[in-house]
This record gives sequence, C-alpha cells and structure tokens, in this order.
Amino acid sequence: MKGILKIAFKLLVNDKGKFAALLVGITFAVFLMIMMTSMFAGILTRASSTVLNIGAKMWVMDPAVNNVSSSIPMPDYVLDAVRSINGVKYAVPLYSGGALVKLRSGIYQSVTVVGLDDSTLFGRPELIEGKIEDIFAENAFIVVEDAEFRKLENPKIGTEFEINDNRGVVVGLAKANSSGLFGVPTLYTTYNRAITYIPSTRFTTSFILIEPKKSSDIPFIQAQVQKLGYEALTDDEFMQKISNFYKYQTGLGINVLIMTVISFIVGLSISGQTFYTFILENLEKFGALKAIGAKGSELVSMILFQATFTAFLGYGLGVGLAALMIMAAKLRLPDYAAQITYINLGIAFIMVVIIAGISSYIGVRKVIRIEPFDIFRG
Amino acid sequence: MANLAVKASNLAKWFGEGEAKTMAVKDVSFEAYLGEMLFIVGPSGSGKTTLLSMISGILRPNSGEVLLEDKNIWNLSNDDIAEFRLNKIGFVFQDYHLFPRLTTVENVAIPLILKKHDWNESLSIAMHYLEIVGLKERAQLQPVKLSGGEQQRVAIARAIASSPDILIFDEPTASLDGDTGRKIVEFVKENILNEKRCIIIVTHDSRIYEYADRILKMEDGRITGVEAGDWHEK
Repeated sequence: MKGILKIAFKLLVNDKGKFAALLVGITFAVFLMIMMTSMFAGILTRASSTVLNIGAKMWVMDPAVNNVSSSIPMPDYVLDAVRSINGVKYAVPLYSGGALVKLRSGIYQSVTVVGLDDSTLFGRPELIEGKIEDIFAENAFIVVEDAEFRKLENPKIGTEFEINDNRGVVVGLAKANSSGLFGVPTLYTTYNRAITYIPSTRFTTSFILIEPKKSSDIPFIQAQVQKLGYEALTDDEFMQKISNFYKYQTGLGINVLIMTVISFIVGLSISGQTFYTFILENLEKFGALKAIGAKGSELVSMILFQATFTAFLGYGLGVGLAALMIMAAKLRLPDYAAQITYINLGIAFIMVVIIAGISSYIGVRKVIRIEPFDIFRG
Repeated sequence: MANLAVKASNLAKWFGEGEAKTMAVKDVSFEAYLGEMLFIVGPSGSGKTTLLSMISGILRPNSGEVLLEDKNIWNLSNDDIAEFRLNKIGFVFQDYHLFPRLTTVENVAIPLILKKHDWNESLSIAMHYLEIVGLKERAQLQPVKLSGGEQQRVAIARAIASSPDILIFDEPTASLDGDTGRKIVEFVKENILNEKRCIIIVTHDSRIYEYADRILKMEDGRITGVEAGDWHEK
C-alpha cells in the first residue's frame, strides 16, 4: 500500500467510533437492499416454479394468461392444431388447477394439481420414492416433497386422502426444483384423472407443452399459434411474462423498489453524514498536510481510498449478514422466499458505489477548499 | 557574509474589495539568512502571519515576490509550490496539528511519506528525529498522551524530518507555560538551528526575544524596525 494511503487507512480505522458508525451505516443499507431484492427474486422464482419444474421448451396459452396459477382453459382443437404445425416435434396437454383435499385428520388443505399427459407423462417430476409408472394406478397421485409437504401431514406411499369426494392414494414422493409461491402443496397425476376428479369448465387444457424440432422452428411455431388466437412462449419468455406480471401489475415490484430506495437513502444518510463529520473533524489536519506539501490529488486519493475501503467492507459485511439471515430464516421457515442472485448483488454494489461516491464527493469538496492559510490564521 | 535563505521584495497583500478592502501587508521587503533565527514580532493583526504565509508559499501575495535560490516561488504552479513547501519549508503550527489517530513516530514520518519514502524507511528516519528531540521512548504513543511541550517537540521533529532549509514557527510559545516555552525555543536554537538552516519565528511573546538573532518589528502591515537580538551578547 502506498504510504499516503496507509496514513488514510490508519486515520480511518483508528477512529474506531466513526469507523464503526460508517460500517454500520453501509452494512445496514446493503443488508436491507439485499434482503428486499432477494425476497423479490425469491418470489419471482417461486412464481415461475411450475415452468421450471415441468421443463417444457414452449408453452401455449391464452394471451390473457399472465401466470401459471390463473390459466384459461383452451378447447381441444388447439392441441390438434398445434400438433399439426411444422416444426413441432410433439405437443401434449397440461392441466394445472387448484383443488381441496381432505386429509386423514379431517382437515381440508388446498393443493395445486398438475395433470400430466397420460401417454407421455411429459413434465414428470424426479421421484425420491416410488415408481413413475404407479401414477397409472387407481386414484394415484404423486406428492412433491417441498416446503409445503408438511401441510399434507407428511404423507408416505400408501397414504390416502379425499379429493372432491374421490379417493386419492400417494404412490410416490417427488423432488421439485422450486416450491410454489402461495404456500400450497403440489400433487401430480395424469391429465385424464385430473380433469375427472376436479370440477372443470367446458374446456380442460390449461397449457399445451411443445417440444420443437429445432430452436430455429420456434419463431414459426409462435407465428402459427398466434394465427390460432393463442400465444406460444418459450420457457424463458413465459417466466419473464410471469415476472413482469408480479413486477408491474401487482404492486409488488414498486413496493420492493420503494423499500430498496429507502434502504439506499438510509445508508446514504448514515454514511454520508458520518463521513462528512469525519472529514470535518480532520479538516484542519488535511489543511496542515496541504501546508506541509501534500498535493490536492494526494488528499483526494486519501479520501477516495477511505470511502472506497469503508464501502467495500460494508458491502461484504452486508452481503454476509443478508446471506446468514436468509439461511437462518429458511431453516426456521421453509416457505421463506428469498434468493440472492448476481443481479441483487450487482444492484447493491452499484448503490454502495453511489453512496461511497457521494460521501467522498462531499469530503473532497471540503478538503479541496481548505486553505493552508486558514490553519495559520487559526 | 551568511548565505541568503529567502528574500521578500515589496510584498503586499489585501483582503476584500472596495470599502471592505483591508491591507494586511504593505510593501514589505526583508531578507533572511541561513544560520540565523529571525523573529517577526508585533501586536495581533499587524500582518505577521500573513507575511509568514506569503514567504512560505501558502498565501499568494497581491504584489511583490519571494525569492528562494533566485527563483520567485510565486511563479511556480500549485503542485510545484506544494513540492517547494515539502522540500524547503518546515512548519511548526501554533496548535501543532498532529494527527491524534496516528502514533508519534507516524506523525513525524508524514513529510517523508509525502516525499515518497518507503513506509518502514520513513518510520526509521522519523525515529532518528524523535531521538533528536528527546522523545524516542514516546514513539508509539498517540499525541494526546503527550504533554503540550512534548507535542511541540513532536511537531518540531516532523518539521525537520524533511531536512528543510527554512523552519517556520507560528507562535511557538502560545500554548505553553512560560518556562516550557523558553526551554523549547532554547532547545531549537541549540539543537535545530545550524548554518544550513534559517528559522523564522512569528511571536508576540517578548519573553523569548532574547533568543533572536534579528527581530523584525511589524505594525499595521509594515516593518517598522529591525533589531539585532541579544543572543550573541549572552
């Protein structure tokens, strides 16, 4: 480290009270920003959980559908029409809907039922226990062992329940990549059983899953589906649509944005003010350094170093604290939806850089303006 | 004849404009020589500090020049003036302006660090100067743990650490009791002053006038008289 920066470092860290206040300010701001954006990211991921779990490359739906849980059933001819489009390797129907199950204890529990195409079981989950072919057995359901699993009273293979006055039997336990958003357990069964056991509208196909022959066929398939009056989206596009729905149409996005901005302002206020006080307290000393022969650029580099060092350390502590908090929360609350992504980290980093920039700008302005003559004059 | 340390010619400085204009220094010329201890004395507001600031490259005069090694320092760029101060001038401020969060030896090492010496080398040289001022054993303490006189000596060690030709003291006894103040000036005279260094002291403490080789008397922004000090008579 250059000598002048070492002086800056010692001036900063040896003033333990101020340094601690600066770190607390930035750490707290980063912590809040990461927590807010991580919760949002977690919610968005969970909102797209079915898309992730099913794993289809393309999804056909009514254009008004903006998330998996509010599907608009399509008539059967759409499936036939989609299957006849050039470039479609195969297309299968998917049922997705809500139902109430009565557990052995007599308690009713809402569930999401996913009905897989009977002939292909396309989109089937990875089983932890049981065999996938048992899904064809009488009244068979597969339960996803996710954060919501315990709400079904931790069923085992053979556990029975009631679903709309029909008997249901657990034949397998599945692993899911992602849990749902609304805290509801998920059951998999066949498409035909789903539409038979669950009261349905005239049309029953929630989504049509497509496997294109080649990626280059996707635009053509999309155009053909559009001609039918429906929408074909790739999995990424569908997840983006779901994400946009929660961001812009539910108020969730703006709330998270407001909280993130508030966190930023809190961090900026604490750090900016503390750093400004720190500079003010040392202003005469900076003036003395200038009188001794320090150049303006050297004083600026000292302040930038102090602000940057504090900001990065606070950033690291804030990220660590947020990660610990999320980990601890997930241990206690399996439903807790928070996920630290590179985007979260990037947003918090940019905000910390802005905090450091504004704080140091205030300091630099003061220090640049101090005249050594003022030191003499007292 | 002693070598010239600094020559000030027709220096003038005013603050404000129009009716608010205040003449702080009016057409002042003088010379200071290596090996001498020059006192600038006068009542408060007489322009001593302003004059000191102009000859040390801190305050730009409105007119006149400050010659050092035949060069007018006020023709230099700001960075060059900073470089000039670092290499040629040592300051002992009235309030010392030591960094309370640095150790004594680190405070003394500051000019050396600014001169791009290696950190450890700077501390080693600083230790030597602390030894000169008799504070080697206090090297690792923070300045707040030192007495006023000791802090003054740390400030002196810092001022001489870069081996400057001109050492400038601003009211060196103002924050000290009479006895300590006299001891400090006596110490400076006997240990810091040498034939390659000029010491300029701004003071209005008449108790230390006896240590001056020459005394410039200022009043109302002008030099009103030059007296030989009585050091040589002692």
